[in-house]
Amino acid sequence: MSQDIYVVIEHLRGQVSEISFVMLAGARDLVKGLGGNVVAVLLGHDAQGLAGNLAADKVLYFDHPALAEFTSDAYQKVLIGLISKDQPRVILFGSTSIGTDMASTLSIKLGLPMVSSCRSFSAGGKFVSQICGGKIMVEGDLPGPTALVTMVPGGYKAEQGQSAQSPAITLVDVPALESLRVTLANYIEPEAGDVDIAKEPVLVSVGRGIQNQDNIVLAEELAKALGGVVSGSRPVIDQGWLATSRLVGKSGKSVKPKVYLAFGISGAPEHVEGITNSDTIIAINTDPAAPIFGVAKYGSEIDLFDLIEVLTEKVKQSKGG
Amino acid sequence: MNIVILVKLVPDLVEELTIDSSGVALDTAWLRLIINEFDDHAIEQGILLKERGGGQVTVVAPDIEGVDDVLFTAAAKGADRLIKVKGDFTGVNNHALARAFTAVVKELQPDLMLTGVQANNDLDGSVGPLLAGCLEMPYVGYISGVSLNEGKSKVRKEYPGGLIAEMDVTLPAVLGIQAAEQPPRYVAVSKVRQMMKTSTIEERTVSGLDMVGGPTIGRMFKTEAGQHATMLTGSPDEVAAKLVGIFKELGVL
Repeated sequence: MSQDIYVVIEHLRGQVSEISFVMLAGARDLVKGLGGNVVAVLLGHDAQGLAGNLAADKVLYFDHPALAEFTSDAYQKVLIGLISKDQPRVILFGSTSIGTDMASTLSIKLGLPMVSSCRSFSAGGKFVSQICGGKIMVEGDLPGPTALVTMVPGGYKAEQGQSAQSPAITLVDVPALESLRVTLANYIEPEAGDVDIAKEPVLVSVGRGIQNQDNIVLAEELAKALGGVVSGSRPVIDQGWLATSRLVGKSGKSVKPKVYLAFGISGAPEHVEGITNSDTIIAINTDPAAPIFGVAKYGSEIDLFDLIEVLTEKVKQSKGG
Repeated sequence: MNIVILVKLVPDLVEELTIDSSGVALDTAWLRLIINEFDDHAIEQGILLKERGGGQVTVVAPDIEGVDDVLFTAAAKGADRLIKVKGDFTGVNNHALARAFTAVVKELQPDLMLTGVQANNDLDGSVGPLLAGCLEMPYVGYISGVSLNEGKSKVRKEYPGGLIAEMDVTLPAVLGIQAAEQPPRYVAVSKVRQMMKTSTIEERTVSGLDMVGGPTIGRMFKTEAGQHATMLTGSPDEVAAKLVGIFKELGVL
């Protein structure tokens, strides 16, 4: 047993993911109340270099060819041994395509409690998680003796988890990684779209509130008038109303336009993750409780269908004048 | 190929959510429950796999108000077997739900289990990887494509920025579906009604739902919406005029 906070570092194709730094910042916050050290757990192959700027007291490094890129089976085999032996107070995972492939399964296999979608920690080791698309927050004591926690971004800045000083690295023996049931075949690069939404100065983004494919043209006309392009949130892409290259958010692109206009987008955490670097967010949504209003600079509860054509017309007039 | 799809019902976020007098739970009196949208994608993916390669699709869901509709809708889409898990699921967490599903799934001996990658009320992990832990099976989530070939599956796993990892997963396995290869199909209400007459919902009873593994909620509160945004009000004309003013100020017009 220890009071240490372990952070499972996520990396993809030689790059540490931003969530890893967010988790280190969260861990730093936790040790203030709980004591113990912040320990980064790095699994990889020839990957010591990734530990360079982690704001951790030490790094436990597992090196094996089968750990070069993430796969749930190999990672779990290593972590089961580590957690059973060290019994840290908390282990942090990203609430991501990597972290969620492991944390819950480990909770069952190790008989340890878990908390998901944690945004921040409060004094005395309480977790604050967001559920219901970011509309409801839940607070509670971190369960013991060892809590597995998945973290969402938003509560801490990545810079808080970075350090100019390289932490000490301890190389740890890797258990046998044989008969793995999940293996990486290859990566497929993102489809190159007709436009790169990450580079556009104005995005007119549509969510479920746009209702059907025929209405996309309304957003396109406004975008054209504003010299921008149309993007969308997950439901719109899954319906096939817009190309995957137009997806904004966790599994799509992170965007940074001068103006991000969100029409009928509720602002689920997975979407908000991709828009926080926008200069100005303007949200139109009839639901006054929509979390998008929490990140927008300007908002209106007006029905988007009452507004959008009037707005397009006024933008055109303004340019004409 | 024996495909089992695990489904849960979640709060409809379009409705206003209220917290009950205990301060640690949603008020169920006004709560409308709907199928978890990712589970809907899991059903679609399962039916697509059956249409491509044959097999049987079984949909399993806990006995919560609205579950019959969800199951008959799945049948109308092409599911072969419907199973309702009986028990008191009010306020039950995912650890308990996954254990309840485990008991049912073991009897079904599936080759492949599909479930939504996440649900909006997950607080103790999501059902898929918990179930995989209970069954000692591999799990891969964030899946947007599956192909099956001789005891193996090749899956498309999504990473940020549109990157896809193709992974080989040995069966039997549990997959967490982010998006089916095509949008969930629409079925007419008349077809669902017809299923109500012609198809059967089997029942399984589980006792002693074990919630161990989830956190205890100390306090639940609503996010203060609009805490940041300056709200624009007025007629469509007035709001549009204000927005044009803002666009000019920001230098995009």
